[in-house]
Amino acid sequence: MPLVYFLALSMILFVLGAMGVILRRNALMIFMSLELMFNAANIAFVTFATQYKLLNGQVFVFFVMAVAAAEVGIGLALMVQIFRSKQSIDVDQMNSLKG
Amino acid sequence: MDTIGIIFYAGLTLAIIGTALGMLFNRNAVYSAIFLVLNLTMVAVLYLTLGAPFIAMAQVTVYAGAIMVLFLFVIMLLGAEKLVVKEPLQGQRLIAILLGVAILAQAAALIITQLDNVSPLDIPGPEFASPSAIGTVMFKNYSLPFLVIAFILLTSAVGAVVLTRPGRSALRKQAEEKKELEHPGGGN
Repeated sequence: MPLVYFLALSMILFVLGAMGVILRRNALMIFMSLELMFNAANIAFVTFATQYKLLNGQVFVFFVMAVAAAEVGIGLALMVQIFRSKQSIDVDQMNSLKG
Repeated sequence: MDTIGIIFYAGLTLAIIGTALGMLFNRNAVYSAIFLVLNLTMVAVLYLTLGAPFIAMAQVTVYAGAIMVLFLFVIMLLGAEKLVVKEPLQGQRLIAILLGVAILAQAAALIITQLDNVSPLDIPGPEFASPSAIGTVMFKNYSLPFLVIAFILLTSAVGAVVLTRPGRSALRKQAEEKKELEHPGGGN
């Protein structure tokens, strides 16, 4: 399979994830769409690692996964706290600093 | 490439995009999370065919395993699958679709113009991305980023514990209530 097909798949997944981030209001769905975008970036990394026979891309996928895990841990903890105080995870409701 | 390979890759790609769409357009957050697990597992199969078996295993254990279990746990803890959220944002829908189509059109143009000089990606053997090879690269060239990642994960774990613990005011209120129960009526 040529390289561009994998990059096209990565691009389509990235656009789908970005649309989820823009269109959904449920904060959990926004987080899941972010995971989709991370995944699209990982596909591009692994594709180029295979193309150029360099392992650096695959090592970076590990780093991306670790950062994604840290982000999900903090983000879900924040979500639980916001739900406790507001009884909602609608991102439109998160405007307490607006006064 | 032979027909079986084309059928395999086409089916895999369709499954990946289909599960992503299923995740996006499902109203129930639990079904969305299950679709995302399916999607991540399919991507792991793609990594396997790209000659990255160790990444594929990490994808299944870390992403489809740990992270998505955390997601499902929080969804069910909050009862978010029953929350009625007004979806989607009407004003942004048109802009989002237009921008998405624009970026996909760019990608399609790139593919069409580059298609005359594509060469098949030759998949390297299993010794290329073996765990020992990846470990060598990671600890020789990327030892500092590895340490930074360790600190980020530690900070994340500590931060999650600090964030979800009851606040100091709630603890003080609990202590006062307890004192009130033990000595009813008496302020001091």
